[in-house]
Parts: sequence; structure tokens; C-alpha cells
Amino acid sequence: MVAESVRMYVVLAGTWMRAAAQYPASMVMLVVTQAAVTSLDLAAILIIFVHTPRLGGFSLPEVMFLYGTAGVSFSVADILLGTAERLGEHIRQGTLDALLVRPVSPLLQIATEDFSPRRIGKLVPTGAVLVLSLPRLDVHWTPDRIALVPLMVAGGIWIFSALWVLSATWQFAVVDGKQATNSVTYGGGYLTQYPLSIFGRDALRALTWVLPLAFVNWEPALRVLDRPDPLGLPVFFHFASPLVAAVLSLLAALAWRTGLRRYRSTGS
Amino acid sequence: MRLYAWIAAYAFRRYSTYRVAALSATLTNTVFGFLRAGVLIALWHARPSLGGYDVADAVTFSFLTQALIEPVRVFGGSLDLTERIRTGDVSIDLHRPADLQGWWLADDLGRAAFAVISRGAPPMIGGALVFSLRWPSPATWAAFAGAVLLAMLVSFGLRYLVSLAVFWLHDDRGIHAISLVTTMFLSGMIIPLVVFPGWLGTLAHALPWAALIQLPADVFLGKRTDLLTVYAFQTAWAAALFTAGRLLTMAARRRLVINGG
Amino acid sequence: MIEVDDVSKSFTVRRRTGRLRRSRTLVGAVDRISFTVAAGEFVGYLGPNGAGKSTTIKMLTGILTPSSGRVRVGGLDPSRQRTALARRIGVVFGQRTTLWWDLPLRDSLTLIRHLYRVDRSTHRSRLAELTELLDLGAFLDTPVRQLSLGQRMRGDLAAALVHDPELLVLDEPTIGLDVVSKATVRGFLTRLNAEQGTTILLTTHDLGDIERLCRRVMVIDHGRLAYDGSLQDLRATVDADRILIVDLARAAAPIEVDGARVVRTDGPRQWLAIPPAVNAATVVAAVAGRYDVEDIALREPGIEDVITRLYRTGVPI
Repeated sequence: MVAESVRMYVVLAGTWMRAAAQYPASMVMLVVTQAAVTSLDLAAILIIFVHTPRLGGFSLPEVMFLYGTAGVSFSVADILLGTAERLGEHIRQGTLDALLVRPVSPLLQIATEDFSPRRIGKLVPTGAVLVLSLPRLDVHWTPDRIALVPLMVAGGIWIFSALWVLSATWQFAVVDGKQATNSVTYGGGYLTQYPLSIFGRDALRALTWVLPLAFVNWEPALRVLDRPDPLGLPVFFHFASPLVAAVLSLLAALAWRTGLRRYRSTGS
Repeated sequence: MRLYAWIAAYAFRRYSTYRVAALSATLTNTVFGFLRAGVLIALWHARPSLGGYDVADAVTFSFLTQALIEPVRVFGGSLDLTERIRTGDVSIDLHRPADLQGWWLADDLGRAAFAVISRGAPPMIGGALVFSLRWPSPATWAAFAGAVLLAMLVSFGLRYLVSLAVFWLHDDRGIHAISLVTTMFLSGMIIPLVVFPGWLGTLAHALPWAALIQLPADVFLGKRTDLLTVYAFQTAWAAALFTAGRLLTMAARRRLVINGG
Repeated sequence: MIEVDDVSKSFTVRRRTGRLRRSRTLVGAVDRISFTVAAGEFVGYLGPNGAGKSTTIKMLTGILTPSSGRVRVGGLDPSRQRTALARRIGVVFGQRTTLWWDLPLRDSLTLIRHLYRVDRSTHRSRLAELTELLDLGAFLDTPVRQLSLGQRMRGDLAAALVHDPELLVLDEPTIGLDVVSKATVRGFLTRLNAEQGTTILLTTHDLGDIERLCRRVMVIDHGRLAYDGSLQDLRATVDADRILIVDLARAAAPIEVDGARVVRTDGPRQWLAIPPAVNAATVVAAVAGRYDVEDIALREPGIEDVITRLYRTGVPI
């Protein structure tokens, strides 16, 4: 079932890619501009560190590490599922009906829609920063720290993917509500680039227990960077990202099914 | 003149029908106000009087930029005119007895007027509920209103040029992305221009994008009281962009006549 | 192929009644309809706007779940087995395309091939066949956004048939098409039904579609099935008047004859309406015997008249 969905995703995305590749010149330009758009937040971080050697107690390589892990997680999830936020548009224009008479999940169809190499542009700056930050970190690399880096990126991708689906699902209820969920998706992508402690203890609590963005990179990064947890949470939380991701995706799947069922009983 | 007033009023009404969309967008603007404020607070804690701002100024700036996003369209892009150029409907517009640039300016001001109400107030109110923001005196409010109006003109001037580029470009997604990056970065939206280091700061302050966010915000915060200089800077850029827009309109018209649309 | 048994669908509609107050009302879109369609049939589904046509179509294709009743299409329950059913049916929405705007038609069809897992060689021969029958050759490589309405509809038809479905459901396939495109689409559908035995259900406002294509007609009105049968029987069932057109030698006072009445005059020409109960031959003989007639013609009621009358009165079946 999952394997079949993945296979179908690859086939559909590949077909879209081939169609897009017919205009190589504009493709190169779009990758570059996409990379530039994604680099804006990096520019802000660099300007901040012109004025101060530490932000909230974190050094430039450390913030770059956070930016890199959050950025790669967010970009990959955005590449894979970002167009899911077009659901509302499909509902408004009645094209969701056309997706529903095909033998493939409408979510898969919308997510692959318009898939193009230009989406890679989002990954270039974030991936580069992550790679550049690793050797600059003043870290004693133990096996658990080494293992945590790929684990936190994978967990982050998973968490953001679930958030994209949840935000699409919200549009079953509020068709014009796309922009409201940007505060969770794009907002989450923005905030995890920084040490979460700078937003204050209350925000940190909310980001751990309510909207668990702290598990994208903050909790595992505390272990990698050898920092004490400001909330004094147990060690287990450093490794909890996959668990949080699993719970979120379960919620997302449930919400999607409920939303689709509601749509199919009300036609709106 | 009555025609343009009607166009503006019509645009205001047209945009005011998308209330749910405006509400959800302004919610996200408010959330981002808090996020950006969080980052700037951390920076100003490290450097308490950076760029002549204090922490309260920086926090107010964060919410103010979010409030101005839609009125001055900080995400750049183009007007609905782009779609009319792509479909060829623009040839109808060019044969109307009204001026193309004037028509779309009126339309855009109508849009911006609705945006001030629907997208301007909520982030400021949201910010004020949590932080003590820096509020201006009545006279400064008036000065700020003038700066915002001029910012809208500059913003229109820029986007009008981007829209007309579609006449010559096969694919306009590239120029839209460039417009987004330059506007976001050089307006002060990403980080205030006052913290831009050295020549970058000098350059950014001289470019038209500074007129969109940084200057109105500086007027609001009382950092700029030399109103004449501020207004003159904004007006000069608006005039320059309008002239460029006129020339480009003429070129586009010639192109339409020669190529038949 | 299709079994619909006592099916209803109602929607909850929220209306603003005050500044903040809203009332909920239950609106029935489809009210206890039943019908069956056998394999190989070509059925027209007619009804005024908002009568419940689209709702029925959506329930048949699994987009909407019925509120009550039982639907089976090809032996499957559409709302429960939507994806399994999707492989066996083709659907065309006339008002909006199922193709992708930015892709050339050929790429859209390739995408659809992958969606339905049609293998490459089968697709190649099928595409060649569809290209010929629908005359797609000239615009296969044009992005869909640049196609004319007629071309797009032909593309949509091809898209719905990539996987060779047993049942084709068409929601207003000829809406907005010019005369030539209409003829192409109609000719294609006739062949598809006759040669490949594809069952076709089509909704339309264009009565020309019905007259040229469908052996069987179903009429839905206010959510209820108002008629189900052949077109001829429909004409007979609905008591629409026949019209006798009489050309007299010269202009005269309105003709007076038993069983018919003059509905219009224009110089020497007069139009007489003959109710279904009256024998037309008797009227013709009476007119010819009493008046100086140059020419005489009898016109059967047009399908428009029949349908309009049906919507107005509602004939029970």
C-alpha cells in the first residue's frame, strides 16, 4: 500500500518533471531564483551576526546548524507535499471532483502537481549551509551525536510533511483558509531556524506540548550541541522526534479521511 | 477623475468580498509579527541601541512591517494586468479612452485601501496585546499616513513595470521571483535596513524599496522628522517609476500595433 | 451496468438570517429516484438547472455519498469502492477540464496512463486510435490552456477513454461547442457506443444531443424522476399539440374548424394547434374541404415543446 503510493508518486512526479524539462533555460533561472528566495532568511542571520557574536547564547555555526537542519527538513517536506495547500483552490474551482474519479488518492495527485526541478532550488542553500556548519561546530562527536543528525533531519521532514497535510485538510473546513495555515507551515519553517529559547519559555512550552515544532531540530540539537534543556526535560526528548512525527502523521491521516468524507457527503 | 474614483471604489468592493481569505492572511501576518519580534528582541538584547533603535522600536517595527505587507505588497509580484496581457485582453484596455496606467493605479489604490483596514490593523492590535508598542502622536500619525500613501505609489510603480514585462517575456515566473526577493530584502521586511552593514546599508537606503517599509516605519517611530526629505525621496522614486512605466506602455502599444497582439 | 434503487441526497444549507444568526435547512437535491441502465445502452439524462442531474452523476461516480438508497455501478458500490470503480469508468465534466492547464495534451494523456496503470504498448495503440477518431493530431503537443473549447472537449474525451472504460459518464459534453465540434463529438460517441459497446450516460441541455444520440431518455425535475423511456413515447406521453400550417390562396379571417384553433396568422398563412386527442386527418380534410388551400403541412411537436411542457406539468410514470 505504502510502496504502491511511493511508486505512483515517483511516476507522477517524473512525468511532470519531463514536461517541465522541455524549457531548460527558464528552468535554470527558476532554480536560481527559487534558491535566492529561500536564502533570504539566511541573509538575515548573517546580518545579525555582523552585529553580535552570539544570538540567545548561540554562536554563528550553531545557528547555521539549526538553520541547516530546519531548512533541509522544511524544504524536502515542501518539495514533497507543499502543493497540497492547493486543495482549497481545487475545491473552489470544482476540480477536486475530477481528481476523485481517478483511481489514485487526490492527495497524491495534488502533491505531485506541477512537480518540477525548480523545487530543488529550495534545497540548495539550506543543504549547503548544513554541510558547511558541521565542521565549524565546536562539538565532541560521539556516536549518538553523529546518529542524531540524520535522525533529526528525517524526523523534521516527517513532522513538516504531516503539517502540510494537516494544513491542506483545514481547507476542507475553510476553503479560503490557506493563508491561515501558513503560520504553522511557513511560520514553523521560519522559527525552527533559530534557537527556540529566544522566543521565551512560554513559547518553548507551547512548541513542545501543543504544536511540537521543538522536535524538528531543537530537542535533538540540544544534545548535539551539548546544551542544557531550558525546560529541564528528560533525555528521552532528545530522541523523540520520530515518535512525535508518527503521532502527527496519524492525526493528519485521520483528519484527511474525515475531511474527504465530509466533502463527499456535502459536496462542498 | 470621476472614472478613476469609481474604479478605485469598485476595486475596494471587489477585494472586500474575500473576507475569509483576508482574515486568514492577517492571522498569519500577526503570527509572523511575533516570530520576527522574537528574533529582533534577541538581537537588541545583545546590542541594546543598534541602528538607533531600542527594543521597543524593534518590536514595533516587526508588527508594523507585517501590517504593511498587503497595503504596499511587500511580496512584490504584479497586478491583475498581467493576466490580461497574457490573454490578450489588454488590447481592449489600450483602446479605451482611459489611460492604462491611471486605470490600474486607481484599481491598485482601491485594493490598498481595503488592505489597510483588513490587513493593517490586526497585526498592530495583536502586537499591542502582548508588548508595549511605541505609538506615535497625532501629528506623527498624519505624517505616517502621508508616507504610506507615497509608499503605495512607489509599490505600484514597481509592480506596473513587472506586469508590463510580460509583453516581452515568455515566462514571467522568473521576474516575479526576482521582484519578491528584491522587495522583501531591500524594503527592510526581512531585517530593518538600519542594521544593514556599511555600504549595503547606504545602498539599500538609496533604492526605491526603502520607500516601502523602512521610511514609513521610521516616520512612525519618530526616527525621521525631516518629513520633506522623506517625502521628496519617495515622490522622486514614484515619479521616476511612473515615467518608466509610461515609456514602457508606449513601447508595448507600439509592439501591439506592429505584431497585432 | 447501473442500478439506482430509491436513492436520495439532501444537503444542509446554512443561510444567513441575521447579522450573526444562521439557520440550517435541509434541501433535497435528489428525492428517491430509481432506475437501471443495461450494458451497451446510450441514455440521455435531462433536466433544468438545479434539478439534481449533477448530484446523480456524482453519486454514480463515487464523488458523493448518497443520503439513502442503494447505488451499484458495474456491481460496485461507488461511494465505498471509489478507486476500484474509477478504473472501470470514464467521466467527462463539460464545464471544467480534467486535463492539466500547463501540460501539452500528449503529456496529460501520459499522466493519465500512469494513473490508470495502462501499459505503454496498449496506450500507444489506443492513443493512435483516439487521435484518429477525435482528430487530435493537430494539437496533441499544444498546452491545454491554448486549446479552443472544441479541441479541449475532444482532449477531455480522449482522457476519459485512455483506460478503455466500460461506462462513460458525460456531464454536458457539448456545452459551448460550435456546430462542427458538436458534430465531431456526437459522431464519435455514436461510434463508441455502437462499435465498442461502451455504455454511455450523458446529461445535457442540448436537446439536439438527445435527438441524435439517445435511444432512451430520463428526465429529472425537482429531484424526482419525471420520465424514463424512449423519445417517441415521451412525445406521446406529454400531450403537446401538433401544429397544422395552412397556406390559403389569400389572406382571410381565422379558419374555423372543429377540434383545432388558430394560434397565429401571417397574411395568407395560418397556424392551427391540434390537441393529441383529435385526429389530424379529420381536421386536414375539413380545412381542405371548406377553404381555398394552396398548401398544407403538419408539424410534430418539437422536443423543446415536449420538454418544456414536461417541466411545467410533470407527468407521472
